[in-house]
Amino acid sequence: MIPLSWYLILSAALVCVGVFGVISRRNAIAMLLGVELILNAVNINLLAFWRYKDVSHVTGQVFTIMVITAAAAEVAVGLAIFIAVYRNKRTIAAEDVADLKG
Amino acid sequence: MAAETLLWLIPLPPLAAFILITLVTGKKKALSHSLAIVGAGSSWLMSLFVFIKAVTRPNLAENPIAASINWLPTGETALRIGVQLDNLSAVVLFFVAWTILMIFIYSVGYHNYGHPAGERDVPGLPPHGADVKDVHGHTHRVPSVEPMYARFFGFLSLFAFAMYLLVVCDNLLLLYTGWEIMGLCSYLLIGFWYGKDSAKKAAMKAFMTTRIGDVFMLLGIVFLYTQAGTLNYREIFGNAALMHALAVNPAGFLGLSQAGAIGLLLFIGTIGKSAQFPLHVWLPDAMEGPTPVSAMIHAATMVSAGVYLAIRIFPLLTAGWEPGDVGTPAMIVVGAVGAFTALFAATIAVAQNDIKRVLAYSTISQLGYMIAAIGVGAYTAAIFHLVTHAFFKALLFLGSGSVIHGVEHGVMHSGEHVDPQDMLNMGGLRKKMPVTFWTFLIGGLALSGFPVITAGFWSKDEILSGAFHSGQIVIFVTLALAALLTAFYTMRQITLTFLGQPRTEAARHAQETPWTMTLPLLILSIFAVAAGWSGIPEHFPLIGGWLPNWFEHFTGAMLGHEGEAPAFSAVPLLVSVIVSLPGLTLGWLVYRGVKIAVDPLKKTLGRLHGLLQHKYYFDELYTFLFIKPAIWVSEVFTSRWMDRVVIDGILHAIARAFLWLGKLVRQGFDVPVVNAGGDAIASGFKKGGAALQPMQSGRVQQYMVVMITVVMVFTAILLAILKLV
Repeated sequence: MIPLSWYLILSAALVCVGVFGVISRRNAIAMLLGVELILNAVNINLLAFWRYKDVSHVTGQVFTIMVITAAAAEVAVGLAIFIAVYRNKRTIAAEDVADLKG
Repeated sequence: MAAETLLWLIPLPPLAAFILITLVTGKKKALSHSLAIVGAGSSWLMSLFVFIKAVTRPNLAENPIAASINWLPTGETALRIGVQLDNLSAVVLFFVAWTILMIFIYSVGYHNYGHPAGERDVPGLPPHGADVKDVHGHTHRVPSVEPMYARFFGFLSLFAFAMYLLVVCDNLLLLYTGWEIMGLCSYLLIGFWYGKDSAKKAAMKAFMTTRIGDVFMLLGIVFLYTQAGTLNYREIFGNAALMHALAVNPAGFLGLSQAGAIGLLLFIGTIGKSAQFPLHVWLPDAMEGPTPVSAMIHAATMVSAGVYLAIRIFPLLTAGWEPGDVGTPAMIVVGAVGAFTALFAATIAVAQNDIKRVLAYSTISQLGYMIAAIGVGAYTAAIFHLVTHAFFKALLFLGSGSVIHGVEHGVMHSGEHVDPQDMLNMGGLRKKMPVTFWTFLIGGLALSGFPVITAGFWSKDEILSGAFHSGQIVIFVTLALAALLTAFYTMRQITLTFLGQPRTEAARHAQETPWTMTLPLLILSIFAVAAGWSGIPEHFPLIGGWLPNWFEHFTGAMLGHEGEAPAFSAVPLLVSVIVSLPGLTLGWLVYRGVKIAVDPLKKTLGRLHGLLQHKYYFDELYTFLFIKPAIWVSEVFTSRWMDRVVIDGILHAIARAFLWLGKLVRQGFDVPVVNAGGDAIASGFKKGGAALQPMQSGRVQQYMVVMITVVMVFTAILLAILKLV
C-alpha cells in the first residue's frame, strides 16, 4: 500500500498549484478553478487521514462531502457574481474590478 | 326638622345660588334672579322658623340651639366648627334675613328688569338708557337693563351666604371666614361698575382699609387661641375660670389685661368693618356701588357684622368690670371711639349734597352710637340699636335708591345733564313719588329718633340712658349732640329731596319706581316703626309696661342675669326728645325755602362748611400720610433704588465676574488644551489613514498574496517557537 506521505505530498502539490492559479490568473473564472483545486487538496488530505488512521469513524468522508457541497454552493454564488460583474463592466478580469480601492 | 339641622342649612341656599348663577345661568336674567331670590327666600324662611324656635325655647342663653362637628385635627385636639343660635345671634339673624330678602327683591327693579337693553350699554358701566318707540311712533328714552344683571345677583348671593355664615357660626374662626368673604364681596360689588374709575378706586380703598382692621383682628384671634385653646364662644365666655384669668393676667403691653388686649385687637377689626374713626374713609366712597349694595353691605348687614363682633366680645372688653364701676381701659377706648365717630360723622353728613353720602355718614355715625353703647356697658341697648338701625337704614338706602332711580328717569326725559344723586337738584318729589316719600319719611324719623312712635327713638333713648347711668357724661353729651345733628341732617335731606318745589326739570319729571322696589320699602317701614315696640322700657312714663320689655329680657339673658333696667331717670329721656324735635324743626326751617341749588348753610358757616364738605380733609390727609409715602416707597425706593440699583447692580456684578472667569477659562484651558488636543487626535488619525491608504488597492489577488505571505511567516515563527519549546 502506498504510504500516507505520498498522498500528503500530492495534496501539498495541488494546494500550491491552486494558490498559484488564484494569484496569477487574470480571469476570475480561472481564479475560481484555483480555489476548487485548493478545496480538493483538502479533500484528499481528509480522506487520506481517515483511511490511514481510524476507519471505523466516518468523520473524514462526511467532512469531504460537506466540503464538496460548500464548494458547489460557492461556485454557484461566485459564477452568479461574475455574471453580474460582467454585465456591469463587460469584463471579469480581477484587476479591473478594483472598486473597493481605498 | 330639628332646629339644629335647619341652622346648618341656613347659609347654604344663597351659596348654591351663587355657584349656579356663576357657572350655569350667567346669561339668563330671569332664571338668575329667580335662583337668587329663591335662595335668599329659603334662607329667610328657615331663619324665621329657627328664630321662632329660639324665642320660644326656655333658657336659650344657657342652652342655645347648637351643633358642631370636628373640622381640622390639630395634634390631639381638633378644631371644631359648628352653628349656634343664642339670644344675640337670634335677633341678628332676624333682621339679616328680612333685610337681605328685601334687598334681593328690590334689586330686580333697581336694575331695570324687563326693560330693553341699551344700545350704548357696556358691561362695567351703569346703563345709559334705551330709546323705544310707542304705538304712536314717538320715541321715548327709558332706563335700560343692567348688562351684568346675572353677575350682580351672583355676587349678592355670595354675600348673603357669608353674612348668614357669620351669624349662625359658633366660633371666631368661622366668623372670620364669613367676614373675609364679605370683604371680598364688598370689593366686587363696590367695583361692580368697574368701568368707572371712581368705582375702581373706591373698591380698592374699601378692601385695603378694612384689611388693616382684619390683620389686627386675626392677631386678636390668634392671641385668644393661644390663651384659651379654643375659639368657640361658649367655651370661652362660659368658662368663668378662663375669663377670670384673662381679666387678671397682664398682656405685657400698654398696661392692658389679656382680655383687654384681645378685645381691643378684635375691636380694631370692628373699626375697619364698621367704618369707625380712623378707618371710616372707605364707607362713603363705597357709595359708588349700585344702591342695593349700599343698602345691603354698607348699612344693614356687613357693617352690622362689625358691631355684632364687638357685641360678641363684650365679655372680653368688660372682663373684670362691674356695672356701676368706671369702665375698663378697653371699654373707655371703645366708648371714646364710638362717641367721637358718632359726632364726627354726623357733622360731615350735614354738609354733604349727595343723597347716598349723607346716609353713608349717618351710618358711620349710628354705628358709632352702638359702639359707644358697648363702651359704656349698655349691652342690650347696643343690640337694640343694631336691629332697629338695620331696618330703618336699609329702608332709607333703598328709599334713596328709589329717589335716584326716579330722578334718573326724569333726567332721561328732560335730557338735562344733572347729577341724579345731588339733593340740590331735587325737591318736590313728594307728589311724584308718594310711596317712596312716605316710607322715606318713616325711615328718616326713625333715624332722627322721632319720639315715641319710631323704633329709632327707643333704641337711641336706651343708649343715651345707658351712657347717662354709666356716669360717662362726656360720652353722653357727645352722643346727644350727635343725635341733634342727626335730626337736623335727616330733615335737611327730606326737605331738600321731597318738599318744596322741584329745582330741576329732571325732578319735575321724576316717576315712582316699580313695585319690586316699593314693596320692600313698605315692608321695611313697618319694621322701622314696629321693631321699637319690642323694647319699650318698663319705667317709661305713661306707656311703659303696656308691652313687656321683651328685648331687654331676651338679649340681657346673654350676660347671665335678666337685664335689669336701671332706675328711670328723666334726664336722658328729656334729652332725646329735646334733641330730636328741635333738630327736625331746624332742618325744616333752614331748607324749606331753597329755590336754587345752593346750600344756605354755606353762607352761614363759611369756611367751616367747606371743612365739613371735604370731610375734614381726611382723604387728603391719608393720601399725604400713607398713600404718597407708600407709592414713594414702592416706586422710588423699592423699584428705582433697591431693585434697579442695588439688586440689579449685584446681579450685574455677578454676571460680569462670571463673564470674566469664563473668558479666562476659555483662553487658558479650553482653546489650548481641549480644542487643540481634540484637533491633534483627529488629524493624527487622518494622517494615519492616509498613510495606510495604498494598502487598499482593491485587487483581490494582491490581498491574497499578502495574506498567504503573512500566514506563512506566522507559521514559520510558530514552528520556530514550538521547536524552541
